[in-house]
Amino acid sequence: MAEYQNLFTAVQAVGPAHHGVPLPKGNSPRTVEPFFVHLFGRLGNAQIGPFYLGGIGLASIALGIFSFNIIGFNMLASVHWDVVQFVRQLFWLALEPPAPEYGLSIPALNQGGWWLMAGASLTASLLLWWVRTYRRAIALGLGTHTAWAFAAAIWLFLVLGFFRPVLMGCWCEAVPFGIFPHLDWTAAFSLRYGNLFYNPFHALSIAFLYGSTLLFAMHGGTILAVSRYGGEREIEQIIDRGTASERAALFWRWTMGFNATMESIHRWAWWFAVLCSLSGGIGILLTGTVVDNWYLWAVKHAVAPSYPAVYAPVIDPATLSGAQ
Amino acid sequence: MSMLSFEKKYRVRGGTLIGGDLFDFWFGPFYVGFFGITGAFFTVLGTTLILWGAALGPTWNLWQISIAPPDISYGLRLAPLQEGGLWQIITICALGSFLSWMLREVEICRKLGMGYHVPFAFSFAIFAYFTLEVIRPVLMGAWGHAFPYGIFSHLDWVSNVGYQYLHFHYNPAHMLAVSFFFATTFALALHGSLVLSATNPGGGQTVKTPEHEDTFFRDFIGYSIGTLGIHRLGLFLALAAVFFSAVCIVISGPFWSRGWPEWWGWWLNMPIWH
Repeated sequence: MAEYQNLFTAVQAVGPAHHGVPLPKGNSPRTVEPFFVHLFGRLGNAQIGPFYLGGIGLASIALGIFSFNIIGFNMLASVHWDVVQFVRQLFWLALEPPAPEYGLSIPALNQGGWWLMAGASLTASLLLWWVRTYRRAIALGLGTHTAWAFAAAIWLFLVLGFFRPVLMGCWCEAVPFGIFPHLDWTAAFSLRYGNLFYNPFHALSIAFLYGSTLLFAMHGGTILAVSRYGGEREIEQIIDRGTASERAALFWRWTMGFNATMESIHRWAWWFAVLCSLSGGIGILLTGTVVDNWYLWAVKHAVAPSYPAVYAPVIDPATLSGAQ
Repeated sequence: MSMLSFEKKYRVRGGTLIGGDLFDFWFGPFYVGFFGITGAFFTVLGTTLILWGAALGPTWNLWQISIAPPDISYGLRLAPLQEGGLWQIITICALGSFLSWMLREVEICRKLGMGYHVPFAFSFAIFAYFTLEVIRPVLMGAWGHAFPYGIFSHLDWVSNVGYQYLHFHYNPAHMLAVSFFFATTFALALHGSLVLSATNPGGGQTVKTPEHEDTFFRDFIGYSIGTLGIHRLGLFLALAAVFFSAVCIVISGPFWSRGWPEWWGWWLNMPIWH
């Protein structure tokens, strides 16, 4: 039975490398001579490369490396250039945004200026990578679906690091760079604004995140299950339906009374993934700018129950004299 | 009758695991089979009990209806219906229903001559649910450690249990699970986009080929996993997300009962740093 499940490619056909469909006039030549890695071939294609660099790709990678280095060297400086401590404390180290008193001004480098520079160059790197995504698709005569999906992710990135801090009037609202520090930021953000679980856009975003995972398990499983009928040749199946598509569709129709088609399942996939970061970005943008406490918002709209006050009220220290 | 144009030739007998030809029929678009009968039984009973529990509760507000497990003081014993007994029977019904659904999928796979990937994948989801509602409560010694059935009440449960371990983001299995969830969604966006971009190239242009797909990804990032590989990768990422989700909650309590940030002390205190 196991050999029919097609979990790995047992026999690999090795031929000359494919150098890619022709590029239009005016494009740079491709770099990296293609080569083969046997282990990659067990799971998918064995061929690595060629690669299209181009001026925009080069600029994007350079800015990305620049940003990565700013973050890394700031972390190294924070442990007094001790490489052992850098490795030991790596997950705890951070490059933090400027302190609240700087507002939206540009502080000295060691007061958050490095954070601004790293963020700006990472943003420029991502935007250039987006241009590259768009132009590579056009060059090959493909639709620009990948670029627009990527734009949804960039939207969330910009909301977290740029749009919301600008609306709040302070760079200090943005996310720090660092493994545990960005997790600390996330937890503190949720606590500050009355538990993000009561934010309906957060709920939608999580539903699309889990929904995307569910869809990929369903779709990946279905295609592998009909790969004995050539189901992984999806483009051919879309334009000329074969028995693989028919069985895949009937499997879901008989299971849950509804089925996608070989093309529409990819539309479901695209929208679920895109809506995850799109609705997540809306949820973050509204937090603190429009809604100050999502729990109280949910109680007001009869979504969450009003819990009994078990403990005596706590005095907000900011209201006490001398707090300034 | 609710059949697709090509469906009739696929509606053949056989492939059942249990019951021979007795339950080998369709109801509208649905295949029934022995496990369709057991699944319907558990689903109807469980849903009815949820409605009953809601009727006993203080509200019909859809967001606030909640059916809670027994109090911790009941330990692993059966509780009176209104004291969490309903939750216990509903949990049994849910598991019966999920397992029936999975086995019905197996029968449909056999009938259509397909691999068993989908029911195998579904078993991971059932395992995660079983871990949350049965394995961990049993290891902790009380059904009261399971989550309640309600829209916001289960979110409150996630929030409260998370803060019991101070900061759940520091749970290493939770870190892996979240990373796999993000990676799956990312890969799904890339795969959906690629297939749509090849088949919808814009007005007046011809539909492209898998060679164009491979070339796009090689130009883009230097590697294309290919049409078969992406489905293996997607299934793996999705199952890993679910698996590590189950791991991250079952180790919280039975294995580690303090704050998760503290767990990382082993790394900071390794002798190699000195």
